[in-house]
Amino acid sequence: MKCQECGEREATLHFTKIVNGKKAEFHICEHCAREKGEHIPGSNSFSIHQLLSGLLHLDKPINTSQDKVNRPKELVCHNCGMKYEQFTRTGRFGCAACYKSFEDKLDPILKRVHSGNHTHSGKIPVRVGGGIQLQREIDSLKAQMKQYIEREEFEQAAETRDQIRALEEQKKNQGEG
Amino acid sequence: MSLQKFISEAISPWMKKDGADSDIVLSSRIRLARNLKEYKFPLLATMEESSAVVKQVKESLLTDDNQETGPLELVLMEDLKANEKRVLVEKHLISPNLAEQSKHGAVILSEDESVSIMINEEDHLRIQCLFPGFQLTKGLEAASRLDDWIEERVTYAFDEKRGYLTSCPTNVGTGLRASVMMHLPALAMTRQLNKILPAINQLGLVVRGIYGEGSEALGNLFQVSNQLTLGKSEQDIVEDLRDVVMQLIQQERAAREVLMQSSKLQLEDRVYRSYGILSYSRVIESKEATQRLSDVRLGIDVGLLENVSANILNELMILTQPGFLQQYAGEVLSPDLRDERRATLIRERLKLENDTNE
Ligand SMILES: [Zn+2]
Ligand SMILES: [Zn+2]
Repeated sequence: MKCQECGEREATLHFTKIVNGKKAEFHICEHCAREKGEHIPGSNSFSIHQLLSGLLHLDKPINTSQDKVNRPKELVCHNCGMKYEQFTRTGRFGCAACYKSFEDKLDPILKRVHSGNHTHSGKIPVRVGGGIQLQREIDSLKAQMKQYIEREEFEQAAETRDQIRALEEQKKNQGEG
Repeated sequence: MSLQKFISEAISPWMKKDGADSDIVLSSRIRLARNLKEYKFPLLATMEESSAVVKQVKESLLTDDNQETGPLELVLMEDLKANEKRVLVEKHLISPNLAEQSKHGAVILSEDESVSIMINEEDHLRIQCLFPGFQLTKGLEAASRLDDWIEERVTYAFDEKRGYLTSCPTNVGTGLRASVMMHLPALAMTRQLNKILPAINQLGLVVRGIYGEGSEALGNLFQVSNQLTLGKSEQDIVEDLRDVVMQLIQQERAAREVLMQSSKLQLEDRVYRSYGILSYSRVIESKEATQRLSDVRLGIDVGLLENVSANILNELMILTQPGFLQQYAGEVLSPDLRDERRATLIRERLKLENDTNE
């Protein structure tokens, strides 16, 4: 059966959904399920974790017996001991350090789940992220200063340079405190 | 226990307040997923580690007097009976997962139950703030202040690039899930929902029916929430959701107007039949009860039915679920008995309403 969304790929997910008291059958491929973000509550057969796990498995190379001999060392989180393979199976990380341990593999996974995004641009916690907040301000001021210099607006450039120095001082103190 | 007393104890105080657009939006919810830096996530944590998380959170959050939420109380899952946990699930204060599967699961509740912080669910902390009606922006501000207050006391797992680190990659970044519970009977009746819902999915939002004992969407209640948590700011996520909800409100209101103009008599008949069934039936299944309650609620909202307060229907949606029925009965009930008790409870509740209005 072909996927009813794209009409191209083979449908691999089949489920009934009840909309307004009427039963509707859905047959879609994994690709389209991901795009639509389908998640049917109350049915264990199709949880977000399983869907995710299914997607992660697509990344896994198929091992032949020969590969096993020369296989690169298995990716493991140094902190919690979770294996990358285990992550793909459960769809969940074992600890915060897993994000660094599996860093190289994460961009494409996060992009799939978050409509192409892989980098945080939301809230930064005050205490844990204080330095990050300051660094973001410093970076943006530096960019501004560069523009002033290019436009030969040296007075503003000097002002901005003083602001940057003040922030860098603040950051240094914070690091020591 | 008298019904009146039972209800006043069963319904969270926050629910009794009025919110914006409460004819269509029943409640708004902001949830923030947070983890403590130094512990393994609940999935891999040992019993000792999970217990240490509860202990640390308890010591950090329950000592101070918190201006934001007022006094907080911590409840351990292991101290609750099965039905007490079920009641918390039906009140949306904890998830079924916390009730049944968590290691040393616990929940911190504010006095009015508008704040609930689950401990050792999928993440160490799931901070949830509930508001009546349509109050997403206010909700985000309140949740964010509470989040700041918590962050002064515990150390979050946070990464410059990935944001708040969560157990599941679907929550990473902001850790934010904003959702609104909507009653959309006119859009459902006029068969417009089938067209609207897929379009909403394309905007990165999810719409789910509210599911009862079976798997069917009940009572024309739908939960609309954001799906994406990474790459957008909290404000943008909430604004996008708010815009879509505003459109749904407008469309639902327009559909109600059309129904009133084109088929007032049929609508009135439907509303009164449902009211009659709820007032007189002796046995009623949860599926029928929620559908009838939805009709009656619509009747109140469009002015066809007077002398019934809109609130009692929100109440009954919750009170007629299995956990509450059994809590009220004080015993475990078979499904057949539940259908009987459900009918009785609804009859009594509507009678109470009539008595107070006379
Ligand atoms: Zn497809
Ligand atoms: Zn790890």
